[in-house]
Amino acid sequence: MASLKDLRNRIASVKATQKITKAMQMVAAAKLRRAQEAAEAARPYAERMGAVLANVAGSISGADAPPLMAGTGQDDVHLVVVCTADRGLAGSFNSQIARLAREHIRKLQADGKQVKIITVGRKGYDQLRRDFGPLIIDRIELREVKQIGFANADAIAKKVIGLFEEGQFDVCTLIYSRFKSVISQIPTAQQIIPAAVPQAESAGEGAIYEYEPNAGAILADLIPRNIAVQIFRALLENAAGEMGAKMTAMDNATRNAGEMINKLTITYNRQRQAQITKELIEIISGAEAL
Amino acid sequence: MAKSFTFELVSPERLLLSEEVEQVVIPGTEGEMTVMADHAPTMTSIKPGVITVVQAGGGREQFVVFGGFADITPDGCRLLAESATRIADLDPTDLARRIEEARAEMEGARDHETRTKAEEFLGQLTTLQGALLPA
Repeated sequence: MASLKDLRNRIASVKATQKITKAMQMVAAAKLRRAQEAAEAARPYAERMGAVLANVAGSISGADAPPLMAGTGQDDVHLVVVCTADRGLAGSFNSQIARLAREHIRKLQADGKQVKIITVGRKGYDQLRRDFGPLIIDRIELREVKQIGFANADAIAKKVIGLFEEGQFDVCTLIYSRFKSVISQIPTAQQIIPAAVPQAESAGEGAIYEYEPNAGAILADLIPRNIAVQIFRALLENAAGEMGAKMTAMDNATRNAGEMINKLTITYNRQRQAQITKELIEIISGAEAL
Repeated sequence: MAKSFTFELVSPERLLLSEEVEQVVIPGTEGEMTVMADHAPTMTSIKPGVITVVQAGGGREQFVVFGGFADITPDGCRLLAESATRIADLDPTDLARRIEEARAEMEGARDHETRTKAEEFLGQLTTLQGALLPA
């Protein structure tokens, strides 16, 4: 049986832990709001980009489409870009993404495809290194980045497109966590190369565009940018999701700590009472013996 | 008073401007163009340069963009900018950094095509710098 002093120490330490988890929860809540705002602010660009892309792509026939859109015509080498957070303590956030990535890669391997991996975020690398170490061709850490900017996404996109142009892979899939709500993040796999182009809703609207310099050049310029935009969106959703998951995890931790403190306090009080009773009995039986 | 139309300036990070304007001057890759209401549907890529917006109320605003696209329809104009800032907020060191990067890219270019492209981009940036920061 732990002594009263031990119990007191334990209660104090659990209280200290609770304070930390509580603080982390509040920090995550504040960051979540910022991340959500950033994700929201980025939406108009992505939407309009989609509309413009659908428009231009509609005017270009299949044969003239740039390779980033049409693909290499092969399906042998797959590149998987796994985006996770750089930090843990966010519940199952990172492991869920890693699990989806693992399933995806295993399926590709079972189909006889060659797989290459790029990890974005330290946690993804840590988790996938064990199973697929030799397949990881590159890893990107965004630890020092406070607020993810378009430049970060653009750098990743440039790297991916560079590899594509060297013929290093045929299909590229992006794995990230879609931010559905604060308590629900859904790991998602999205193919970014060859780019799936949204269909124009009303192809026959009769808007005959003039293109400067020409439709092909614009499309060749638009597609890489669209890939960067998709990566950017994935990173932003990931950031928001991470904070949401962290908030929930820390909320749970705070609550668990509270429960533990209650239990410990009850044990502590019981023991204290037992000791008092014992002392009283000793005094009384001592007095009776006289 | 000239007819007004909706002009939207969007950067990947946020929506910078969305309002009724009378005319907009856009630095297209094929040359500067002034867009007014009822313009023929046009899509153009944009080189680094200055956008001048004349608002419906008569105010003027200027932005610096570093490449992007403009989607012009008779009733509106959407400009998707790579990165855009108000001319007053432009940081000269940022511009200098971009020029430095462009120069490095040009020197590191492997084939002729990317080199020409980088060279062109560098030229546009230095022109912009010259126009904005009178030495």
